[in-house]
Amino acid sequence: MIVIGERINTSRAPVEKAVADRDAEYIRQDVQAQEAAGAAYIDVNAAARIGHEMEDMAWLVEVVQDAVDLPLSLDSPDPAVLEQAYALADKPPIINSISLETERWEAMMPFLRGKECEVIALCMDDTGLPESAEAVAERAQRLIKGLKGVGFPEERIHVDPLIQPISTDQTKGLMTLEAVARIREESPEVHFTCGLSNISYGLPVRQVINRSFLALLMGAGLDGAIIDPLDQKLMAAVKAVDMLLANDEFCGAYLEAVRAGQITS
Amino acid sequence: MSGFDELQVAVERGEREAVVSMVKDALDGGTDPADILNDGLIAAMQAVGEKMEEGDMFIPEVLRAAKTMQAGLEILEPHLVEGTVESAGKVVVGTVKGDLHDIGKNLVGMMLTSAGFDVVDLGTDVAPEDFVEAVDSNEADILGMSALLTTTMPMMIETLAALESNSRRDKVKVMIGGAPVSRGYAEEIGADAYASDAGAAIKTAEGFKS
Repeated sequence: MIVIGERINTSRAPVEKAVADRDAEYIRQDVQAQEAAGAAYIDVNAAARIGHEMEDMAWLVEVVQDAVDLPLSLDSPDPAVLEQAYALADKPPIINSISLETERWEAMMPFLRGKECEVIALCMDDTGLPESAEAVAERAQRLIKGLKGVGFPEERIHVDPLIQPISTDQTKGLMTLEAVARIREESPEVHFTCGLSNISYGLPVRQVINRSFLALLMGAGLDGAIIDPLDQKLMAAVKAVDMLLANDEFCGAYLEAVRAGQITS
Repeated sequence: MSGFDELQVAVERGEREAVVSMVKDALDGGTDPADILNDGLIAAMQAVGEKMEEGDMFIPEVLRAAKTMQAGLEILEPHLVEGTVESAGKVVVGTVKGDLHDIGKNLVGMMLTSAGFDVVDLGTDVAPEDFVEAVDSNEADILGMSALLTTTMPMMIETLAALESNSRRDKVKVMIGGAPVSRGYAEEIGADAYASDAGAAIKTAEGFKS
C-alpha cells in the first residue's frame, strides 16, 4: 500500500503557522513521525497563504527533504510553483495533480512532457464529477492514454477515482469499488491514490467509515491513498489488510508494527 | 403552538405515508392549506435545518426529511390558492467560476426551497457576470455562493466586485460557504454572511429578513 502522507498542508492551522513563522523544527518533527508511521511520500501543499505559495513551497521542500529521505508529492495547481519545486526535489516526486479539465490539462501537459517523475491523475473533466463506474473507468483510460503520450508509463501514474460522499447518494461507495476493479483489470500496472475521507462527508464517527471503506477499496485493487499516517487505527487497518491480501510475506510488516506498538487491539 | 407537532415529527423522521395521510386529514378537516404549508411542512424543515446546524441530524436524514416534505407538498399543492402563499424570498445560488463542486450548494438550494424560499440554481462554474445578471433579472433578495477550493475562493471577491457596480447591490444580501471558506473570510471580502452548512444557510437567510 502506497501511503502519501497528507499532513504538510497550509490549510491546516498549525502547519500554516509553522510556515508563516518559518518554524523548521515543527515541520521536521511532523514529517519524521509520518515516515516512522509508514508514509512512502510526503505531500506538500502550500496554497493556503495566498500570494506566498512560491516561497512557502520552496521553503517546505527544503525543510522536508532535510528531515526525511522520502520522495515528495508536490501538490499545487500552479505549473510555475511545480516547476520550481521540481527543480529543488532530490528524488523524482509525484506531481499532484493533473485532470481532464481543459484548463488544468493544457497547463500541465507541457510541464509533464518527458519528465522522470510520477503523477496523480484525477478522474475529473469539464462536466464535473463522474456519475457511474463506467464513467470513472473511461476517464481513467483517457488520462492514461494522454499521459503515455508524453512519456508516462502506467507504473508512474497514480489514478484518483474521486471518492464521493455516501451521505448524499448511498450508491457512491459501490460505484467507486466497481470503478477501481475495472481500472485494475484494464491497466494492471497503474497505481491508485484517493482522497479517502470524502466518503464520510456529512456523517458522524467518520474514522470508522474511512477505514472500513479503505479495506474494501484495497480488496478491489486500490494500492494507494493520501491519508494521515499518524492516524494509528487507519494505519493498523492498512497493514492488516495488506497482509490479508498476500502483500506481506511471512506477515513481517504486520508483526513488526505490532512489536513497535503501532497496532494494538 | 400550531397543532402540527405530529406532522412535523413525521417529516423529521421521514415517515412518508404518515405525512401524506396527515396532510389529507387536515385538508378534509377544513384546515387552511396555507397553514398546513407554513406551520406544518415548512416549519418542520426549519426545525430540521436547526438540528442539522447543531449536529443532531445528518445529511442523509435531512435529505430523507426533504423528500418526505415534498410528498406532503404534492398533496397540498392543488389546494393552495395562487397568491395566498408568500415566498420567503428569492435566492440565487451557484458555485463560483472554475469550481465544479455541487454537493454542498445543492443541499443549500434544497433546504432553502424546503424552507419556503424561491431558489434559482445557476449550477457550477458560474462566472461573476452571470451571478450579477441572475441577481438582476430575478430581482433576488439573496445571493449564495459556494467555493470548495482555495484556488477558486478569490472568485467570490471578483463576483462581489462585479455586483458592486450593479444597482441591485443595496438590495441583495450575499452569503458564502464551502469547506475552505470561513466567517473571517466572509468579513474580509465584504460578504454579508457566512453559512457553515445548509441548516445554517436557512437561519442566515431568515436572519436577513429581520
